Amino acid sequence: MISHHNTTDTYGSGHGTYKSYIIGFILSIMLTIIPYSIVVNHLFTKTYIILSIVVLGVIQLLVQLVFFLHLSSESKPRWNLTAFLFTVLIVAILVIGAIWIMDNLDYNMMH
Amino acid sequence: MQAEIINNHQINHHPHEDSSSKIIFGFWIYIMSDCILFASIFATYAVLHNNTYGGPPARELFSMPYVLIETFILLTSSFTYGLAMLALHKMDKRQVLAWLVVTFLLGASFLVMELKEFVQLMHEGNSWQRSGFLSAFFTLVGTHGLHVASGLLWMLVLMMQVTLRGINSTTTVKLTCLSLFWHFLDIVWIFVFTIVYLMGAI
Repeated sequence: MISHHNTTDTYGSGHGTYKSYIIGFILSIMLTIIPYSIVVNHLFTKTYIILSIVVLGVIQLLVQLVFFLHLSSESKPRWNLTAFLFTVLIVAILVIGAIWIMDNLDYNMMH
Repeated sequence: MQAEIINNHQINHHPHEDSSSKIIFGFWIYIMSDCILFASIFATYAVLHNNTYGGPPARELFSMPYVLIETFILLTSSFTYGLAMLALHKMDKRQVLAWLVVTFLLGASFLVMELKEFVQLMHEGNSWQRSGFLSAFFTLVGTHGLHVASGLLWMLVLMMQVTLRGINSTTTVKLTCLSLFWHFLDIVWIFVFTIVYLMGAI
């Protein structure tokens, strides 16, 4: 029959409870409103605005991973977490590398 | 002897469970590869976002309250899909369908808002042909919109299947895969919101 008797399975995709979804929802709404009002009201200088919305964006990512995708769910092998961490590494190399290279190119074309 | 039997029994207890969690894990790997697709497009946007070629920059183009409403709609749809998953684990067919309908309507309104924004931009002469920045913008937001559209189509098909066949191990696996996909699209949108709209408005 249908297999849903425990909260996590062998590959680490669990599912949440009412409480976890509601907490996640409230947190993600708050983490949308706060950076929005920082930007719209120009609360800090430009550097600090960028820094704060990036930090809040990363917190938002973690909130959604934990409360909606249940990435932190207790499960032994956790292959989904391993795959995710590897993806984070690839994404970081790709994005930082692209910006770095293109910035250098831009600099060398101008000078 | 007895312990051995119990042990054996535990291992072979749910042959279904192992294959369905493998399918879900396989789908997770697909989502990870989709992350890399989006990372490439985000990197392109980051490189091109200043190349406006005399055209309007981001801060002159977008209406921030409009984008905030879009974001709330998508966040809420992610939440209501979560409620559909809870109903699924309670085997409550009517509730599953009800929350899927709510999620579908929220997703559809998000997509309509996004398309309206595109139409308005193009109407003002700011299509993807205007500048490098706008090409990157349309590619990034358009790719996300295309994902949302395919998620909606998939949701429609699954609603039909749940209506006709009820909740069984097949529909449970499919609904779980779509839940991963739907939450993933929400996360991608958070990055679009932060990098394109919020950083563009500074």
